[in-house]
Amino acid sequence: MQDKKEPKKYKNSFLNWIEYRLPIISYLEKEYGDYPMPKNANYFWSFGALLTICLVVMIISGIFLAMYYTPHVDMAFESTERIMRDVSFGWLIRYIHSNGASFFFIVVYIHMIRSLYYGSFKYPRELNWLLGVFIYFIMMATAFLGYTLPWGQMSYWAATVITNLFSAIPFVGEGIKTWLLGDYTVGNATLNRFFALHYVLPFVIFGVVGLHVAAVHVHGSNNPAGIEVKEPEDTVKFYPYMLVKDTLAFCVFGIIISAVIFFGPNLMAEVDNYIPADPMVTPAHIVPNWYLAPFYAILRAVPDKLGGIVLMFAAIAVLFIIPWLDNSKIKSCSFRPLYKWLMILFFVNFFILGYVGMKPATGIYLLLARLGVIYYFGFLLVITPFMHRFEKNIILPNSIHEIYKKKK
Amino acid sequence: MTTPYLVLTVTLIFIFLFIYMVSTVVWGKVVSANDKKAELNKEETRRDFLHVSTITIGAIGSATFMWPFIKSMNPAEDTLALGTTEVDISNIDEGQSITVTWRGKPVFIRKRSKEDIAEAKNAKLSNLPDPEKDSDRVKKEDWLILVGVCTHLGCVPSGQKVSDKKGDFNGWYCPCHGSHYDTSGRIRKGPAPDNMEVPPYKFLNDNTVLIG
Repeated sequence: MQDKKEPKKYKNSFLNWIEYRLPIISYLEKEYGDYPMPKNANYFWSFGALLTICLVVMIISGIFLAMYYTPHVDMAFESTERIMRDVSFGWLIRYIHSNGASFFFIVVYIHMIRSLYYGSFKYPRELNWLLGVFIYFIMMATAFLGYTLPWGQMSYWAATVITNLFSAIPFVGEGIKTWLLGDYTVGNATLNRFFALHYVLPFVIFGVVGLHVAAVHVHGSNNPAGIEVKEPEDTVKFYPYMLVKDTLAFCVFGIIISAVIFFGPNLMAEVDNYIPADPMVTPAHIVPNWYLAPFYAILRAVPDKLGGIVLMFAAIAVLFIIPWLDNSKIKSCSFRPLYKWLMILFFVNFFILGYVGMKPATGIYLLLARLGVIYYFGFLLVITPFMHRFEKNIILPNSIHEIYKKKK
Repeated sequence: MTTPYLVLTVTLIFIFLFIYMVSTVVWGKVVSANDKKAELNKEETRRDFLHVSTITIGAIGSATFMWPFIKSMNPAEDTLALGTTEVDISNIDEGQSITVTWRGKPVFIRKRSKEDIAEAKNAKLSNLPDPEKDSDRVKKEDWLILVGVCTHLGCVPSGQKVSDKKGDFNGWYCPCHGSHYDTSGRIRKGPAPDNMEVPPYKFLNDNTVLIG
C-alpha cells in the first residue's frame, strides 16, 4: 500500500522510496554535494579525505592478511613468510598493509600540522581536535600491536620494551604488566590478545572518524586565512570542486605509495624483523617504527625510568589541551609573523626528535634529544599561551571573498 | 598479584558509591523541583527511591560482570605453575658464563674469577643506585646466578660471551638504553632502577644447581 502523500523529491522512484524510509539521500546531498567549502582551501585540505581512504585500504588489506596469518608463537613468523612467498599476491597485500601504515602516519602528521598551522583546532572546532588526537592515539596503539604480529626480533623486543613501560608505575606496575601480557614474559597469550586487539581497534577508529567528520561538517571546514565563512560568495560547493581536488590529491598519493610498495617496500622496515623472535637474545640496536620514534626519543632523553615514561605520556597528553593553551584570537599562522616561524621550528624539532629516536642514545644524539624535549614542551606550554601578548599580527582581511578582490 | 586486585576492587567500590550518591542527589533535586507534586502525591517519593535503587543495583551488577573478563587476561593456571630448571655446571671454567631458560626468561650463570669477586666486594655501597652487598646476592662466592633481564625495559644485557661488550664495570651492558651492571649484577650506571634479580636456587651438589 503506497501512501499517496509520499513526497516526490527526486526523479528516480527508488531514491524516493529509500529517502522516505531513511533520509540518507538528502543527507549525502547536503554533506557531500552542496556542502559549502571555503573557496581558498588549499591542497592541505585534501589530507582528511586521504586519511579516510588509507583507513579503508588498511582494513581491507588487513582482513585478507588475517585469512592466512596464524597468531601463535611457533607459527606466526612462518605464516607471515608463507604470505610473502606462497600465497597468491600475498607479498603485495602485506606490503600494502605495512607501507600503508607508514603512509597513514605521514598523512596524519601532515593533517595535524595543517590543523596547528592554520588554527583549525580553535573555536568552534575544539571537539574536532580532541577526537582527532584520540584517533591518533588509538592509531599509535594499533600500529604498535600490528608491528608485533610478524613475530620477528624487532616485533618481540618492541613488545617487551613497550609493555615494560607499565612496570614503572609504582606499586601496581608489575601486576598491570603481567595482566597485559597474560604471562611473565611476552609469550603466546600476549601474541593472541595483541592479534585480537589489532583486529578490533581499526573499527573503533572507524567509529571515531565518523564522529570527527560529522563534527567538522557542523561548523564547516577552516581555511588558510583562518576567518569564518560569512557569505555564500566565500564558498564553493563540495561537488564538483572539492571532490575533483581530492581526486587529484589521491592520484598523486597513489603514485607515491605505489612507487614505494613496488620499488622500495622495505624502506621503512627494519632488517632485524626478518629474523624469528628469540627471547634469549636482544638485538644490538632496538629501533622503534619511525612514526613512534619522537616519543621514544623523549623517553630516552631522561636518565630515570619513571621520569622518562611520565614525560613520554605527557608529550601525548599535552596535545589534547592545545585548544586551551593557544589564547590568540587569530587562527592562521599566516597572520602571525613571529609565531609562524616558531611553529615551523616546532614541526622541524618533532622530526629531529624522530631521527634521534632511531639512533643510539649517546653523545650528540642524547644532547639533541634533550634540546628537542625542551623545545617541544617549551613551545606548547610557554610560547603558545603567551605569544599573542607580544606579537603584532598582520591585519586580517574582512572576508574570504575580499582576498580575491584585492588580487584583481 | 594481589595488590592490583585490591586497588581495582577499592576503585570499583568507590565508583559504585559515587554513582549511588550522585544519582541520589540528582533525584533529590528533581523531586524537590516537583515538591508540590510530591506533596500532593506521596507515592512519587517512594517511586523515586525505587528508581535510584534499581539504577544503582543495575550499575553494580553490570560493573561486577566486568570482573571475570578483566581477570581472564591474567596468566592462566598452567602458566602460573612454577617451573624449575636443573643445570649441570661442571663444564664452566672460571670467567665463563652460560645462559639457561627458566620460566621463559634467560638466566645467567657466571663462574667469577678472583678479580671479579674482589671488585664486587670492594664496591662502595654508597655509590650504588640500589645498594646491596655482594654476599647477599650469592650463595657461593664463585657462582653468580641472575635473571638476565635488564630492570629498565626488559632487554637481555650483553656480556655472556667473552667477546661481548661488558660495560664500564666488567659485568653486563644493556644495548637498548645503555645500562651498565657490575660483576655482582648490580646496576652502576644508566636508566635501570634496580639490580638484576637473583632467582631462587639451590646447589644440589657441587656440579648441579636447581633454579626455581
